[in-house]
Amino acid sequence: MRFFEYESRAIVAKAGIPVGKHGFARTPARAREIAAEIAAPVVIKSQVLSGGRMKAGGVQFADTPDEAATHAERVLALEIGGHMPRGVLVDSRAAVQHEYYAGVVWDGIRKLPVLLFSDMGGIDIEEVAERHPEHVVSAHFSTLRPFADWQAKQLISSLGITGQALTRLTPIVARLARLFLQYDMTLAEINPLGELADGSFLALDAHMDVENEARPRQRALLAELGVGEQETRQAREPTAFELAGEEVDAQDHRGVAGNVTEFDGNLGLVIGAGGGSLTLFDAVRSCGGQPANYCEIGGNPSVAKACGLAKLVLTKPGVDKIAVMMSIVSNTRVDIVARGVIKACVELGYDPAEKIAIFRIPGAWEEEGFKILARYGVDYADRSVSLHEAARRAVERIGPQSAPVDGPQHDARERV
Amino acid sequence: MSAALFIDVEVDDSIAGDRELAAKLEEVCPVDIFRAGAHGLEIVSENLDECVLCRLCLDASPPGTIRIVKLYDDGAVLGAPR
Ligand code: SF4
Repeated sequence: MRFFEYESRAIVAKAGIPVGKHGFARTPARAREIAAEIAAPVVIKSQVLSGGRMKAGGVQFADTPDEAATHAERVLALEIGGHMPRGVLVDSRAAVQHEYYAGVVWDGIRKLPVLLFSDMGGIDIEEVAERHPEHVVSAHFSTLRPFADWQAKQLISSLGITGQALTRLTPIVARLARLFLQYDMTLAEINPLGELADGSFLALDAHMDVENEARPRQRALLAELGVGEQETRQAREPTAFELAGEEVDAQDHRGVAGNVTEFDGNLGLVIGAGGGSLTLFDAVRSCGGQPANYCEIGGNPSVAKACGLAKLVLTKPGVDKIAVMMSIVSNTRVDIVARGVIKACVELGYDPAEKIAIFRIPGAWEEEGFKILARYGVDYADRSVSLHEAARRAVERIGPQSAPVDGPQHDARERV
Repeated sequence: MSAALFIDVEVDDSIAGDRELAAKLEEVCPVDIFRAGAHGLEIVSENLDECVLCRLCLDASPPGTIRIVKLYDDGAVLGAPR
């Protein structure tokens, strides 16, 4: 779940990281008041969750409170990336000498947070990493042990930063790492982290994402920020494929075919069972596979629901085969899922033996399920085959992706 | 597109017009395979593949009058000795 910039600023400030004078306004009149309180030139920033604000005209500079109100009126009416702004951030314009970057992001492969620091702030860290890799340093850290200042200091100093700058940057970066852990974040980023003429530092912009599953644990923070329980706050709008997944799930009350998320690979996934989905998704990737989607099936879906989901995945452009995999199931019937995915293949005119790279669901009614799979020549595996081995077999069967497929390119963290 | 691939349900002529039994079967089947129609028992063909092999219909009807056939298992009949 993504926070608006004004909320991220509040989180940063709460953690003891210095921020410039700023305020959040929903009306031009309030923007004028805040600019008057700041009593200095300000910048008006649209509060939308999508990127590209600057290019779209969502960031404007004002020298007077009246000018701030005029810009705020325009920015408040400006749609950016399909989103109307929640309001505007009225921010003081600091005289910055140098811009740095500090961020923490969840590394799904290492399953650890990674702290990133750069002495080239103000631009995308991905761009810096690509063009000037010598200006970016990173280090993983434990989620179990408390984050210590020396860890931040060691990282910052590895860029050659010394003296007063190192002393002042260290607690800021350490606090950022700690707030990442404290609030179950998947992303916590200050960019730019500005160094002023007097050698002090200010967080000039911040972006934060909290893990969706952690929302119940973070109720106090969300309440403090005024985030409603119903606000999904995804980093992007659901794709047509994902909306179709929701429809499949809603058509039938039996079982679940949830969290359908689009990726751009060639191996469709019909996966699930108590954490099994994430494990299997990771297993496919670690075996070099390119998932076309993520999903979570379980709770004994009907044949129609399993069929609907499999059809959706099979008809996704670029999908060559599907892998149907779950950990050992007790409350989902193997034979019912087998019927559903085979029916999907047959009704679409495909040979199930060809289209289903592997079926690995052991558990309730597996004998009946295996009879069905054998009848259609589908390659299946029982519980003696691990999830990882099943994923490896699926990847081996599908082979490398022939060409990239047009479609959204995003990280699993964004919605999963 | 709803031709059943996995399950067929065969109903003996002797019970096809029994409206009371039809109503009973409509009630017991958890996946709505039976319907009590104007002329007696009807089979909802689009639901056949949803059959969960629970045998409730067999228990509710006179022995041998309903046969649940597993098309994927060489026509094996539910409850019949193999
Ligand atoms: S066995 Fe159960 S699910 Fe199948 S037709 Fe009979 S009552 Fe319905």
